[in-house]
Amino acid sequence: MPADGYLERLKREGRIVVVGASLAGLRAAETLRTEGFAGTLTMVGDEPYEPYDRPPLSKGVLLGRTTPDHTALPRRRALEADWRLGTAATGLDMAAKRVRLDDGEEVEYDRLLITTGVRARPWPHDGEAGLDGVFVLRTRDDATALQKRLADGPRRVVVIGAGFTGSEIASACRERDIPVTVAERGASPLVGALGGVIGQVAAELQREHGVDLRTGVMVTGLEGDSAGRVRAAHLSDGSSVETDIVVVALGATRNTEWLAGSGLGAGPRGIACDAGCRAFDIRGIVTDDVFVAGDVARSPHPLFGYQFLSLEHWGNAVSQAETAAHNMLCESVDRRPHMWVPAFWSSQFGVNIKSVGVPSMGTELLISQGSLAERRFVGVYGYQDRVIGAVTFDQARWLPFYEHLIQTTAPFPPPFPTVDRRPEGARPVPADFPDPSVPTHGPTVTLSGYSPADRRMTFTPGRH
Amino acid sequence: MTQGSLLRQILEYENRHDPYPLYAELRKTPVLNEDDGAYVVSTYHEVLSLLHDPRVSSDSRNMTQSAGIDLQDQQEEETTLPPSFIRLDPPEHDRLRRLTNTSFGPPHEPRRVHEMRGELGGIVSDLIGGIGDSGRIDLVEQFSYPFPVTVICRLLGVPREDEPRFHGWADTLAASLDPMPGEDPTERDKLTQKARTELGMYLAGLIEERRKNPQKDMLSELAVHKGPDGSMTTMELLSTAALLLVAGHETTVNLITNGMLTLLRNPQVLERLRTDPDLSVPLVEELLRFEPPVQLVPNRTTLADIEIAGVTIPKGASLWLVVAAGNRDPLRFEDPDRFDPDREDVRHLGFGSGVHSCFGAPLARLEAQVALSELARRLVNPRLLEDPPEYRRNAVLRGPRHLPIACDDIRP
Ligand SMILES: Cc1cc2nc3c(=O)[nH]c(=O)nc-3n(C[C@H](O)[C@H](O)[C@H](O)COP(=O)(O)OP(=O)(O)OC[C@H]3O[C@@H](n4cnc5c(N)ncnc54)[C@H](O)[C@@H]3O)c2cc1C
Repeated sequence: MPADGYLERLKREGRIVVVGASLAGLRAAETLRTEGFAGTLTMVGDEPYEPYDRPPLSKGVLLGRTTPDHTALPRRRALEADWRLGTAATGLDMAAKRVRLDDGEEVEYDRLLITTGVRARPWPHDGEAGLDGVFVLRTRDDATALQKRLADGPRRVVVIGAGFTGSEIASACRERDIPVTVAERGASPLVGALGGVIGQVAAELQREHGVDLRTGVMVTGLEGDSAGRVRAAHLSDGSSVETDIVVVALGATRNTEWLAGSGLGAGPRGIACDAGCRAFDIRGIVTDDVFVAGDVARSPHPLFGYQFLSLEHWGNAVSQAETAAHNMLCESVDRRPHMWVPAFWSSQFGVNIKSVGVPSMGTELLISQGSLAERRFVGVYGYQDRVIGAVTFDQARWLPFYEHLIQTTAPFPPPFPTVDRRPEGARPVPADFPDPSVPTHGPTVTLSGYSPADRRMTFTPGRH
Repeated sequence: MTQGSLLRQILEYENRHDPYPLYAELRKTPVLNEDDGAYVVSTYHEVLSLLHDPRVSSDSRNMTQSAGIDLQDQQEEETTLPPSFIRLDPPEHDRLRRLTNTSFGPPHEPRRVHEMRGELGGIVSDLIGGIGDSGRIDLVEQFSYPFPVTVICRLLGVPREDEPRFHGWADTLAASLDPMPGEDPTERDKLTQKARTELGMYLAGLIEERRKNPQKDMLSELAVHKGPDGSMTTMELLSTAALLLVAGHETTVNLITNGMLTLLRNPQVLERLRTDPDLSVPLVEELLRFEPPVQLVPNRTTLADIEIAGVTIPKGASLWLVVAAGNRDPLRFEDPDRFDPDREDVRHLGFGSGVHSCFGAPLARLEAQVALSELARRLVNPRLLEDPPEYRRNAVLRGPRHLPIACDDIRP
């Protein structure tokens, strides 16, 4: 069968199934239609809602500025899709090209896109996790429930984990004048994503805004009252905190269990795919009809030594989804690689934080513009004498420049003066990331695969 | 013809009405080293990247020598005032811009511009209503010129009864940006200096007054504001007010005039706008790409060697970023010489980009949207009486000096 004939038929009357009807799923579906896919499009999503946006959940929604039902993602075009919302995919038969659903149905596909994302890592002690007042924050329902309890005026909120989500939740509480305690195992907030130097700035920011920040401690247990409501959190330093609400913000787990036994290369670290978003099977062979995008994907990136990158970044989900959709509909020579430079933003305690590249790979940090004390600065991360990432606090307009440095593997420290260089930017300091073997609550970037530092490896291609 | 003479040709008045073929020529050498040492950058991606390059300084104190072609059209304020933030680098720039923003935009005043819509509509309506003879209208004199000054008066909080005096000073200052050939420059300098001093004293008085009796206007808010950045000194406040006046005004005049000229040259678009005022939103964006009021950004200088597009711009060079040429770069925009308000991806350089990106952009956008849609609605069968019209001398802030038009009637 000639391939181009196949593609034409696929576009005209083929069947494409998207599992995971959120940001990546929606953007991919829109791209499929824009690029001329006229066949049957099935959108399978286990949440009952049409695709909505998550970043506002920990920002505007918790502040009461917007309601969870106002977070629907804007539509770029009409989709004419068969929506299977409130339906989870439970299995995949790659040979028969079918996806099994939890209502017993099966849907056949010619091409499948998996965008099942991640879910919040729950509190590991079952009984305690079930206490009334214990929350995670990943979905609209989570946000609705948490926001309602915040509006009731709790005595105190305890946030476990000071990554981006935990810090944003703490920020929202303070803005609503709710007492909040943040417990973080690392030395400071955001330490896993941005390192200890910047983490220190984040710590001061929190304390200045009245957060009771406890670092270097773990929550060892949650205690409930006779009615099953949480009433206290116990910490590893022997102290305990009385509280009405506990938010568990310990990072995320990838939604891949439904693929167990399918033969797809899916596991706890995500689904491995090539730079063109085609999934690998467990034998390391790339599939031609199963594609992946968004938080659930791990894909190799040339800028980071082709290590596999898993990103929990909004912009990555969009860009990867568009690339996957494009590649699903075209000849191999027309396929595009997904080479998005990782970028992330957060807003907390009135500060706009943005990063590009992979700061967590950095070993050194240079404050190239502005000042840590003013909390307005650009920090550049260096790894093996090259620029690998950058972060800005209220200085986002400079980011494109630093992104370019990362893309061109510019030397670190950058050998030139810049406007707004202060004495503290005279030389780099250790970026102070925690030992990678100690798990943190979860940076939003994970690297897996061989390291570009690993120069022992030689690769000899086969004889011609 | 040496390449270096291209910029001179662009600055020549005879090419003012249509510099675009010269810009196209210029783009063939994305980074052009002028004979006198200045570097002229004209392609979209290169201009954009230099606007975000922290090795590029806007601070006049970093200018090594007045390298480059002498800009006849002096845009800077007199040295008696401290430089406004447009001529400063961070952190001074950031501090003053942030302070100014506390009374202009988010997070403190997120709705200030938006809430002016009604008032803008009123001013536009009055100006159109006062046009009189529709057989010969000078759109510049009768509309595009008075409109933004009035807006700035209202924004700053200049009392209505003082608006005419304020207009007078503004006229004189604006004229100084546009030297008339054959005129005695010393005489004009004197007039300009006098207007500047009078305006400065007037504003200083107003600021004093507002410190005692704050109102809900920008001057009051700036005068009494105290925040994490402290507050502005009176001198800083004066130079900021002067900046808002000159920058905010000169550009809007040209945006509206260029806009009307472009619409009259594209009658189908004008007709669409007449019946669909919402078209003004994408239309103004396309205008900012197609005929930006600020054509080039001079007076930048490099703090280090910068390699771009295969050329190393040496440290200390004087840098000209030709945003209007970048806006028509075929590598960035499809069919760039076509005016197309339906264009989907209009990330123009009309407001610059980076830390110095136009502070007044939200206001300029709204002014142009309101003005153009209302002109389109009310002028019956408008037509150009002269094409091209007479242009102003200024190559940086480019636009017609007069725009004679006629129409059959003016709708109520
Ligand atoms: C509170 C919060 C704040 C955030 N803030 C930021 C921010 O400021 N900046 C930023 O860059 N990023 C932020 N993010 C991250 C960003 O939201 C994610 O990167 C993005 O949502 C990823 O999109 P996705 O479509 O890949 O995955 P998801 O949004 O996780 O969507 C996956 C969907 O698939 C569904 N699903 C899972 N398994 C199945 C199955 N078996 N069958 C059917 N459906 C299934 C899930 O229920 C979910 O609806 C934030 C995330 C959260 C939770």
